[in-house]
Amino acid sequence: MKIHEYQGKELFRAAGVPVLEGHVARSPEEAVAAFEKLDSPLAVVKAQIHAGGRGKGNVIDNPSQKGVVLVRSADEARQAAEGLLGNKLVTIQTGPEGQTVNQIFVEQGCAIARELYLGIVLDRAASMPVLMVSTEGGVEIEKVAEETPELILKEHFDPAIGLESFQVRKLCKRLGITGSAARAADRFMKSVCRFFVDFDCSLAEINPLVITEDGEMIALDAKITFDDNALFRHPQIKELRDLDEEDPNEVRAADSGLSYVQLEGNIGCLVNGAGLAMATMDIIKYHGGQPSNFLDVGGGANTAQVTEAFRILLADPNCKGVLVNIFGGIARCTTIATAIIDASKEVGFNVPLVVRLEGTEVEEGRKLLQESDVDVITAANLTEAAEKIVAAASVA
Amino acid sequence: MSILVDRNTRVICQGITGNAGAFHTRGCRDYGTQMVGGVTPGKGGQQFDGLPVFDTVEEAVAETGADATMIFVPAPFTADAILEAVDAGIRVICAITEGVPVIDMVRVFRAVKASDSVLIGPNCPGIITPGECKIGIMPGYIHNPGKIAIMSRSGTLTYEAVWQTSNLGLGQSTCVGLGGDPIVGTSFIDLLARFEEDDQTEAILMIGEIGGSAEEEAAAFIKQHVTKPVAAFIAGRTAPPGKRMGHAGAIISGGKGTAGEKVAALEAAGIVVAPTPAEMGDAVVKAMQAK
Repeated sequence: MKIHEYQGKELFRAAGVPVLEGHVARSPEEAVAAFEKLDSPLAVVKAQIHAGGRGKGNVIDNPSQKGVVLVRSADEARQAAEGLLGNKLVTIQTGPEGQTVNQIFVEQGCAIARELYLGIVLDRAASMPVLMVSTEGGVEIEKVAEETPELILKEHFDPAIGLESFQVRKLCKRLGITGSAARAADRFMKSVCRFFVDFDCSLAEINPLVITEDGEMIALDAKITFDDNALFRHPQIKELRDLDEEDPNEVRAADSGLSYVQLEGNIGCLVNGAGLAMATMDIIKYHGGQPSNFLDVGGGANTAQVTEAFRILLADPNCKGVLVNIFGGIARCTTIATAIIDASKEVGFNVPLVVRLEGTEVEEGRKLLQESDVDVITAANLTEAAEKIVAAASVA
Repeated sequence: MSILVDRNTRVICQGITGNAGAFHTRGCRDYGTQMVGGVTPGKGGQQFDGLPVFDTVEEAVAETGADATMIFVPAPFTADAILEAVDAGIRVICAITEGVPVIDMVRVFRAVKASDSVLIGPNCPGIITPGECKIGIMPGYIHNPGKIAIMSRSGTLTYEAVWQTSNLGLGQSTCVGLGGDPIVGTSFIDLLARFEEDDQTEAILMIGEIGGSAEEEAAAFIKQHVTKPVAAFIAGRTAPPGKRMGHAGAIISGGKGTAGEKVAALEAAGIVVAPTPAEMGDAVVKAMQAK
């Protein structure tokens, strides 16, 4: 689960990670009030969307309007708010359709001496969290990782112990951080690592992390993603979820215990198991088609869940055909067959339907479909299923 | 022979009185697995289908001589259940539970590696040596005793591979579902070393997916240490970056972990990679013919 920068910074502040004063605004009036409250000659207005690259991103139909704006008066804050709120911002991470800006963050300015990058992720190969710091702050870290990986410094840490002081000293030495800034770094980096563990983050990224002219270390950004599997122990984090930032179909699917990802093709897929679902998308593409979604109905899917899955698939106007690929293990083919028949009665299939069933209760499942009046194209194996749906969808 | 489990393996189920635990304990016993008991804290002394239920794994091991466990406890308690099994000296720990927090697994992973236990999972279908021992949720009837070792990060895609090798008359030595999470107890490399030593295994089929670098690490290991034929399939060639494809571990992040990179690494190591999931069995045959 992702949260907004302003929410991340509130959590940072409470956890002892230094941030600047700032206020969220949802209207130009609120932006003016926020600017005046800051009582600072300079402020930064930042679009709050769940995507990075906002500084370089711009509003659709108004390229001069950037996602991050420096303002020096209440009037400029109002203008920035008017330019952003309610409009779609396109960044390298949003895709060409952009993301609507519903709120902005008005934050104090500060005198920056140095900009760094800091990120914490799980290093899967090491099975440990890793703190990454780089002198190349404020730019696209993916580019740095690709072109000059030696500029990204890494320190692994044990979640039970946290980051050790000697690790911070090593990093400071290599980054050329000395004096009061080095002392600030010790507090700062340990706090962020502790935060990562305490809140079950899967990503905590601060880009840029700045050292001020006074030797303070401040998080000028906060990009945080939480481990969905651990939200049960963080009810206060769960409340920060912003459904406006998520695909409505993906939210709807998740509510029914389905795992769904919207894609851009025209063939809907309904599969049990994530690996098989991915493989089904792959084989559709191999045979010249384009999947319109990833959908894993899971192991213990019941008829109601599978029927809801059909509703979601068939609601997509781009969907010109549906491929059902089930290898029954815990999931039974009869459950799927019943759901197909139910969905046909309730929603109605206006597009071709190819069904491939295998595994638990396969004979009974096939028989159910045969005896129903649902118009089903059956397939004996994966290749046949893919070929048939690609052919059917290109005609429909 | 086979690896890790066989007809002599004595298995308990942690979470035996829960829905899933009960259902699959019966499923495994019906398959022929020696189920010897179960553990549910607070329900010690009860019976489940004639099997003794214990409060602790320690007791269960002392009373039944169990050397393997199948874990179905809910995700918030899974880490603790695995650690309890490690502490009790269980040799093969199979964690089926889905949705375990990653930070929990960091702790568990280190404890397991410091012990003599082998952890399979979490978020996995389990392990099966066909005809001898099934620990997990896979449909038993699609398997046949035979010569292909199968290891996979996915559940149902493994069934697909099993089905194809069964239909080709090859059968399986041991099949292991590693699990779809970012941190799992057993990696491809851990199993490759075992399969290379196993007399029954004549060829190895490895099923990977996008995300992480486990397949690349396996490719490097195979090049150096594995003499048996190896075939592979990687799921997720068409997955978009930044989107989690069902499994917590199946995500392309920062341009890393793509199927393309994995396929290239595998092919460079001389592994036959199936172009589609329909051709996993054929790829194994090709790999065997090439050696």
